[in-house]
Amino acid sequence: MSILIYAETQNGSFSKSAFELASYARALANEMDTSVTAVAVKPTDPKAIELYGVNKVLQVNNPSLTTFNAKSYAEVISQAAQASNSSVVLLSTSADSKFLAPLLAIKLKASYASNVVALPMSLDPFVVKRTVFTNKAYGMTELSGDRRLISLSKNAFGLVEQAVSAEVEVFEPSISESTQSVTGVDKASDKVTIADAEVVVSAGRGLKGPENWGMIETLAEVLGAATACSKPVSDMGWRSHGEHVGQTGKPVAANLYIAIGISGAIQHLAGINSSKVKVVINTDPEAPFFKAADYGVVGDAFEVVPALIEKLKVFKSQNS
Amino acid sequence: MKILVCISHVPDTTSKINFKDNDTQFDTNGVQFIINPNDEFGLTRAMWFKEQQSATVDVITVGDVSVEPTLRKALAIGADKAFRVDMNPKDGFEVAKQLATIAQEEAYDLIIAGRESIDYNGGMVPGMLAELIGANFVNNCIKLTVEDNQISAEREIDGGKEILSTSFPLVIGGQKGLVEESDLRIPNMRGIMMARQKPLEVKEAIQTEVKTTTNKFEKPAPKGAITMVDKDNLDELIKLLHNEAKVI
Ligand SMILES: Cc1cc2nc3c(=O)[nH]c(=O)nc-3n(C[C@H](O)[C@H](O)[C@H](O)COP(=O)(O)OP(=O)(O)OC[C@H]3O[C@@H](n4cnc5c(N)ncnc54)[C@H](O)[C@@H]3O)c2cc1C
Repeated sequence: MSILIYAETQNGSFSKSAFELASYARALANEMDTSVTAVAVKPTDPKAIELYGVNKVLQVNNPSLTTFNAKSYAEVISQAAQASNSSVVLLSTSADSKFLAPLLAIKLKASYASNVVALPMSLDPFVVKRTVFTNKAYGMTELSGDRRLISLSKNAFGLVEQAVSAEVEVFEPSISESTQSVTGVDKASDKVTIADAEVVVSAGRGLKGPENWGMIETLAEVLGAATACSKPVSDMGWRSHGEHVGQTGKPVAANLYIAIGISGAIQHLAGINSSKVKVVINTDPEAPFFKAADYGVVGDAFEVVPALIEKLKVFKSQNS
Repeated sequence: MKILVCISHVPDTTSKINFKDNDTQFDTNGVQFIINPNDEFGLTRAMWFKEQQSATVDVITVGDVSVEPTLRKALAIGADKAFRVDMNPKDGFEVAKQLATIAQEEAYDLIIAGRESIDYNGGMVPGMLAELIGANFVNNCIKLTVEDNQISAEREIDGGKEILSTSFPLVIGGQKGLVEESDLRIPNMRGIMMARQKPLEVKEAIQTEVKTTTNKFEKPAPKGAITMVDKDNLDELIKLLHNEAKVI
């Protein structure tokens, strides 16, 4: 018996979400008195994850897995779950993991709960807490059966080190032919993504036009942050759709979310309110965002943002 | 091309979310229901296939009679026929099982669903459906074209997009990008009149096992008070973010 995590890698290195999954799995394994197995595709340093309590790494090297394919990856994880006799399988909420999760649930005949935010509230019955109504509420979901699939919301559990010594085993699953293939990828490799970012700098219609985003990008750069925007900003084509956050855009679960010239409409807040700390900069002290934020500055973005950039640069040079 | 669009009937995005019966059930009192936004993008793309490439477009919802106005709205937007599977589903798996039954009976080429519904945010129905019927699957689909049976799809990935070549039968989990916000259609009077004549077939649900049940809800704890910082004292903001919030 074991708990299995699918540990995602980027260019061979484990992503932060893999370490977070491992931390969660370790805590759950302690409660269930079992071990943690990770399955990973071509990790360059498979033992790096032992720091977070993984006992065994199933290393998969099949050449056909070089580009992500949800079906093939679901096959890999499904076979790893069987090989490790895992009753609980854990995934992150990355775009790739959310893509493969429902395929995997059917393959494993598992019960599946997504967007889980904490360790199970009880093990028998097996009940997890998950976000519903786009972060406007939580639901307590009971998963039945003897195999359970959980996807853990980003940043919900955090990183907890509990070093063990991991055994690494090369795992060779059989992968069927696919009738679907990737023909191109368009991805800025030098930019922090909203999904991975610890800090997100987001701007809205208050910025008046796309030509004014220079200072937003600079602020993001100083903070090592990803940039995001409100829905009308992407609808008007000022920024790409990939930056649209909120109920109908991407969710944001960053440590710090800075909202500049965004009014704080309910649909916007729904998508970003699982971020830990929210800062709002807005000319209008009545803007609804001030009711949802932790820190607020009433002021003109065109004055506040450049000043903040200068002060942050000084701060960074003194604190690094 | 034979298309099925899966429509989820969800509370309007501005709805206040409340629960009743000791927090065991969503309180629909005073809530307006709409076509799930992700599904509406898909439905609108389906209309394009109908008008430009002579596709037929059916729509389906798994739900009790209260979802029918949402299906009628989809018919008014231009779908040809609607199915309602008569049941109150407990989770996404149950929905996917019901959809799979109809999908197999009707043998659709393309099934368009939304990447998630904004009520329970499961994000599992389209993928489960694809796997149950052995179809290809593209999630977070932001572009879809079909030319001489060559299907090209784009999928949003973290930090960019991916272009896929795929084949029928195909299920997609759609979202904005499939069409733009400005392409969305409000049903006109003629559409609404015509929708009344269009077939809305009620199907009996099949028996499925229950995988998950959610019968307790909770609202987030109320937020603490905001700390205001003067715009001329931004050093204070940096200090707070560093020492108090510990996020920079
Ligand atoms: C079905 C549906 C789904 C939706 N989904 C989403 C979603 O996912 N995400 C989303 O963001 N929205 C969503 N919306 C839209 C939402 O209702 C709001 O319209 C939108 O969030 C407003 O964007 P905004 O805050 O950028 O613009 P506005 O509401 O116009 O606010 C601009 C703000 O900028 C401030 N401002 C102006 N000038 C300055 C300045 N110089 N310096 C500082 N501040 C300034 C103003 O005081 C104002 O508060 C949705 C709406 C619907 C109907």
